[in-house]
Amino acid sequence: MVNRYWKTLTKPLLDDNPITLQILGICSALAVTTSLDTALVMTVAVTCVLGLSAIAVSLIRHYIPHSIRIIVQITIIASLVIIVDLVLKAFFFEIGQRLSVFVGLIVTNCIVLGRAEGFAMRNGIVDSFLDGIGNGLGYGLILMLVGGIREFFGRGSLFGGQILIPVSQGGGFEPLHIMLLPPSAFFIIAGIIWFIRRKRPAQVEKPEFQEGGKEI
Amino acid sequence: MADRSTVAPPLNVLKVALGVSLLCALLVSFTAVSLRPYYLANLEAERMARLGSILDALQQVSVSHKAEEFEVRVVNLEDGTYSETIDPDQYDARREASDPRKGVTIPAELDLPGIKRRARYAVVYLLRDTGGRLEVIILPVRGVGYQSALYGYLALDHDASEILALKFYEQGETPGLGSQIMSPAWEAQWPGKQAFDAEGEVNIQFDAISGATRTSIGVDRLIRFWLGDFGFGPYLKRVREGEA
Repeated sequence: MVNRYWKTLTKPLLDDNPITLQILGICSALAVTTSLDTALVMTVAVTCVLGLSAIAVSLIRHYIPHSIRIIVQITIIASLVIIVDLVLKAFFFEIGQRLSVFVGLIVTNCIVLGRAEGFAMRNGIVDSFLDGIGNGLGYGLILMLVGGIREFFGRGSLFGGQILIPVSQGGGFEPLHIMLLPPSAFFIIAGIIWFIRRKRPAQVEKPEFQEGGKEI
Repeated sequence: MADRSTVAPPLNVLKVALGVSLLCALLVSFTAVSLRPYYLANLEAERMARLGSILDALQQVSVSHKAEEFEVRVVNLEDGTYSETIDPDQYDARREASDPRKGVTIPAELDLPGIKRRARYAVVYLLRDTGGRLEVIILPVRGVGYQSALYGYLALDHDASEILALKFYEQGETPGLGSQIMSPAWEAQWPGKQAFDAEGEVNIQFDAISGATRTSIGVDRLIRFWLGDFGFGPYLKRVREGEA
């Protein structure tokens, strides 16, 4: 039993990672990963919304009429996102301002609706909650990795603490400005996906078309 | 789950929809109301930090002495005199402006920023040199941008002719576009600008923000209004005559 819960929780970290395997939530992964602290706060925010929405949806899954299930899920998710936004404004004002619109945009993060519709609608509360938390952590793992690489090479710091002294301040480190621009996140995420699939070939997708245009 | 394939009765659909909405609404309202004091405290801290940051901007301008403390005064906007009876710590200009019984309705032809009403008084912050002469005047300004109200401080020099800084502390403009009015790069253009032309009319020119035309227009209008006759005009006249 415990083993099964552990599996539900850890599966989305590598084997079923929302970003690298499901390719969901890419938009926010580009936007909030210029530094580690914003990536961390975003991770916590998304994980909270995922876990709580999974509980709520799973709790009432037998009562949700099929015809309005998506709008009910979105209502629950949107309410939770507003609450998370209010909490950030109350207790993490400065970082909340830097995340600006992206907290609100968690509503449209495909991972949240994807897990509610794909998992919580069909599973018990404990399983759904663990799946939500696991997916949040899987999302966060990639976010932190990308955020760490971008902040380190883009600014020479980690969590705002200067590690390499940039040339402008008399050091020997030339900051890579491209790391702070959105394209670099694409490159890094692509690199991570390539690395994971190289180590775990089972994740490699079969080509949808053969040469010459014949469908497989 | 049981009736997945069958169509649920309409009443049932309605019940679930209403129930979920009601519950979510309650939860959100409860959180919003209970967290509001913390949020307001953060806004106040942000306002004070921005006010303090004007001092940093002043270092680039030639101000002979640096005052440690602001002198806080309440100005009667009608005639430009200081009010001695109102406690600046207690006076809430924003609340008074929105109160139809207390706020002053701005004549439509004078209402450049589109704020409709202003308070009777305003809290200004002053810096004096060791001899007690005015050096810096910081005026609260307010206007409307593209999609939000803009609140900020406009710092003027001793005879209210030159702008020393313009710092907004509260706005909800488009991130990355209009919200650049709070970025150091945009703020850096303000120190040293002349606010009035030879005839004494408000005349300012500044770099607008690409992609944020309405925000830029809002900034232009709010400065012209607050430096004008229905804003701080009477007070600035007294300042120039050495009566402040």
